[in-house]
Amino acid sequence: MTAKPAKSKNGRRKDQPAGRRNDRWVLRLYVAGETPKALTALKNLRSICEEQLRGKYHIEVIDLLTNPRLARDNQILAVPTLVRKLPLPVRKIIGDLSNAERVLVGLDLIEHSAQKI
Amino acid sequence: MKKKDVQAHRKLLPKSPTSIQGLDEITGGGIPKGRPTLVCGGAGCGKTLLAMEFLVRGATQYHEPGAFISFEETEKELTANVASLGFDLEDLVKRNKIWLEHIHVDRSELEQSGEYDLEGLFIRIHLAIESIGAKRIVLDTVESLFSALPNPQILRAELRRLFRWLKKKGVTTIVTAERGDGTLTRQGLEEYVSDCVILLDHRVNDQSSIRRLRIVKYRGSTHGTNEYPFLIDEEGFSVLPVTSLGLNYGSSQGRISSGIPRLDTMLSGKGYFRGSTVLVSGTAGTGKTSIAAQFVQAACKRGERVLFFTFEESPSQLVRNMRSIGIDFEPWIKKKLLQFHATRPTLYGLETHLTTCIKLINKFNPGVVVLDPINAFVMGENQTEVKTMLLRLVDYLKMKKITAFCTSLTSAAESMESTDMYISSLIDTWLLLRDIEIGGERNRGLYVLKSRGMAHSNQIREFRLTNHGIELLDVYVGADGVLTGSARLSREAKDEAEQLMRKQEIGRNQVGLERKREAMEAQILVLRSEFAAEESEALKAIGIEKARIQRITQDRARMAKNRKGDISVTNPA
Repeated sequence: MTAKPAKSKNGRRKDQPAGRRNDRWVLRLYVAGETPKALTALKNLRSICEEQLRGKYHIEVIDLLTNPRLARDNQILAVPTLVRKLPLPVRKIIGDLSNAERVLVGLDLIEHSAQKI
Repeated sequence: MKKKDVQAHRKLLPKSPTSIQGLDEITGGGIPKGRPTLVCGGAGCGKTLLAMEFLVRGATQYHEPGAFISFEETEKELTANVASLGFDLEDLVKRNKIWLEHIHVDRSELEQSGEYDLEGLFIRIHLAIESIGAKRIVLDTVESLFSALPNPQILRAELRRLFRWLKKKGVTTIVTAERGDGTLTRQGLEEYVSDCVILLDHRVNDQSSIRRLRIVKYRGSTHGTNEYPFLIDEEGFSVLPVTSLGLNYGSSQGRISSGIPRLDTMLSGKGYFRGSTVLVSGTAGTGKTSIAAQFVQAACKRGERVLFFTFEESPSQLVRNMRSIGIDFEPWIKKKLLQFHATRPTLYGLETHLTTCIKLINKFNPGVVVLDPINAFVMGENQTEVKTMLLRLVDYLKMKKITAFCTSLTSAAESMESTDMYISSLIDTWLLLRDIEIGGERNRGLYVLKSRGMAHSNQIREFRLTNHGIELLDVYVGADGVLTGSARLSREAKDEAEQLMRKQEIGRNQVGLERKREAMEAQILVLRSEFAAEESEALKAIGIEKARIQRITQDRARMAKNRKGDISVTNPA
């Protein structure tokens, strides 16, 4: 699939892969009960999503205490873990998401400039 | 599994038996129950296998289901890897005896934002334990987490929490870790897991690789502190704590035949002590293996099992060679009374040889073990090590009351007894084979150098290999000393000639005597007949005189009657 020309109607950035911001985003947050970290992560996630993906996202919260098998099935080790199911590829971010920039890098929402350590 | 009955009066730390041969002995019953044990070692030491065997044996022998949490290998890889040890993991998983879980950690996949904890790991382990009721768990290898997760402080805190949690759950845990440079583990896990630490080592010494195990630490229990060699083969792990044996084996009074009747005679009539160690030494070609073969045959005939370790010849060559002296091993092999085991000593190190021998002995349970020859292990200057190894093997055999028969080659240059000085203290009965060179030929002589606990002959017997076995010939002892071979034959011939001469002399004397007797008899006969003649003459004369007297008397009586004179004088009134 060829990349679309430089600037489209929405004012997207140049090297952004096709259809990224227009896709439907499915995000899953794995937590282990209602811990402070879990609540913080959810709050942070919601605010990031409202900011970047208004109207295009869907957040699922999976509580591993009630569904422990899912931890194995999805290879979850740390908690909280945010998994971007759609669009592909799958990405994982661990932590309470307090570092917004890292979240954006992890979700591939900003350019990979001076990023991951 | 042997139980230690020594410390029965003291309350012992509860232990979880591993059923790994030898390991339970060194640890005094197993690894600590309900606590974590650290198994560390370099790459390829066998940590995963040790842990896996612990789990599998727990599941199959002690009805303790186990969970294997692997951070490195997938479930499929694990199953394939341990299949070679004879463990069928698939079946065990199906029957809910073993839980296999692979925790995939990949640095490149993880981004970190903010704080986190490892509750996910806890949840998974908890699920594993609850699903099958696991009492044993293995974490292999936790150090993988250090390279995957970005924040080591969180990880360390969580690991501490994990081990406390596992202890509380009462699950016996084995944690594997890589050996560090100068430290026990690379990431310092020994800080958290310090109830019991087992170190595995895999060294190359003199071109042969040696595997060793050492218990560095065991809180709350005595343990063997030496390095013990271990083997991994198609039956799993086996450790050999043979050095822990003392000189406290019992002895038997029973005697067994050597297979050569006249040799038994030399050994006060009954043969070797059962459970003793016999050594036959001699120069090349003297017949040591043949004597061993004769002994083997006698044992097999008695229905005893024999395990024959050969270090120089292949079994088929041995069988063929022994046929030439009338010993056929085939029927015993078929009846499974005789088993050969052939290895070149250079194939692996002394420890591995010892371990392998002991394993085979345990499996086959023989009454007699033959080691042919033991000097094959002596290479260069390693005599002390060979002695140690043989000492341990002999100790083990004595403990099991197995009779050991060893052969040893001495070189012609050295004196007979010097070569084996390093093992002479181990030997109960020592037979020496000598070449006796007289008159241009070499013959073999055998004598009993020593035989503990019995009176033995001190004579050198000539010994011959015939096609119906070994023959010990009568010793020729004459004015010239002991003779063998043709010298003996010629001497014997001379003796026979002399004897013949003497016999003839006797014969002649006897004939002479006979003749004299006959002569005497003849003379007596003549005298008798003369006497008889004279006797009859005299008797005749006496008869005539007697008759005359009678007639005269009769005549007088008649005359008197005629004269009617006197009433018979003979008639008194």
